[in-house]
Amino acid sequence: MALMALLTVQSATAATLPVDKVDVLYHRYDGGGMVIDGPSVLVRKGIGPQVSFSGQYYVDSVSAASVDVLATASAYEEERTEYTVGVDYLYDKAILSLGYTNSTENDYEANTLYFSVSQEFFGGMSTVTMGYASGWDEVGRVGNDSFSEEADRRNYQLGLSQVVTRNSLVGLDLEVVTDEGYLQNPYRVNRYINPDNPAEFLTQPEQYPETRTSTSVAVRALYYLPYRASIRGEYRYFSDTWGINAHTMELGYVHGLTQHWTLEGSVRYYTQNEADFYSDLFPFKNSQTHLARDKELSSLSGTTLAVGAVYEWKQTSLPGIDRLQFSLLVDWLNFDYDNFRDVTAAGNYLPGEEPLYSFDAYVTRASLILEY
Amino acid sequence: MRILSILSSLSLVALLLMATGCSSVKPWVKPYERDNLADPVMSLSRHGTADAYMHHVYQARESARGAEGGSGGGCGCN
Repeated sequence: MALMALLTVQSATAATLPVDKVDVLYHRYDGGGMVIDGPSVLVRKGIGPQVSFSGQYYVDSVSAASVDVLATASAYEEERTEYTVGVDYLYDKAILSLGYTNSTENDYEANTLYFSVSQEFFGGMSTVTMGYASGWDEVGRVGNDSFSEEADRRNYQLGLSQVVTRNSLVGLDLEVVTDEGYLQNPYRVNRYINPDNPAEFLTQPEQYPETRTSTSVAVRALYYLPYRASIRGEYRYFSDTWGINAHTMELGYVHGLTQHWTLEGSVRYYTQNEADFYSDLFPFKNSQTHLARDKELSSLSGTTLAVGAVYEWKQTSLPGIDRLQFSLLVDWLNFDYDNFRDVTAAGNYLPGEEPLYSFDAYVTRASLILEY
Repeated sequence: MRILSILSSLSLVALLLMATGCSSVKPWVKPYERDNLADPVMSLSRHGTADAYMHHVYQARESARGAEGGSGGGCGCN
């Protein structure tokens, strides 16, 4: 996640190093039986005119009682901690970035090394960014010390940001991701009809392919309105070798209220079809080579409504602080599943006749950025 | 092959854009005309790590990943 923050494109003003800052975030996700919250602190400091270092500390404190967890196990709590270090180097009109992220939890360790180059062209109207990331994960299982699996990942990114007019920008992004190794969740199970009693189901471990390659292409456009406000439109197409195709659409509006205050709002819609080897209920045990009942691999759609308020203070009178920005952002997410059924629903249902699952969640973010 | 084909097409577009910089077409939005573009309301990443966090939330709930705006991938968040 920190990787994403560090690779964020510099929009219309590339070829300048990111400014020195402290970026503090409190984040909270609450919905579908999950509460995940925690802090994030990022510190960035330039050394001379060409080099900028950054470091980030990020925590997810998880309290889990989701439909997956309740169907097969007991609610649990865990914590994930992530550290990222990075360096950016400015050379003429290009920025070279290098970084490393380590994420640990009690049963999973993820490492990522990334490199990217961002170059301005055409009088600063075009910025092309190319990025590569390599990740290697170690998957464990609580209560089974002999269980140890690995997963490797490669990300290839290409981005273009283009100034179109004095009031409009467009961006084009492409990302290919390849995974290899143990890609399933060691705790998750799928279900099949009990051959001795069709009114019941039994469970078996998930079985995923050991490779996956995905491609995403996104286009986004921003337009500055005749008054101090902007509108934004985005579309992303996703496709992978597991047979999943997805579409993401988003519209956003930012309104300058006063010199210090801005308000913003957005609407996002997401839809995907299921993976080739997904089924809510398999007909019998090991009925096919690959088996999944992960709801993220089912056919689903999601809607997000988001609002936010931002207070910005440029040239502050605070000692040593050039600019202050405080943001409070609240997102409401709703997910509807087309072929994932809620086996925890109250009532007596035959397998495959339970109500379809859906849930909503609130995501709250409080962010303070101090530039110095 | 399909991915390679998309990659090469996009690389070609990028190269053409770079080549445009050397031709007779001049940048038509001058640096002094970019005050609106430099306004924070025109930023795709105004909230810093708070923006990246939302990508993390969606990657955990949806199968799609990548191309989130010059960002993405490798977050160990599965």
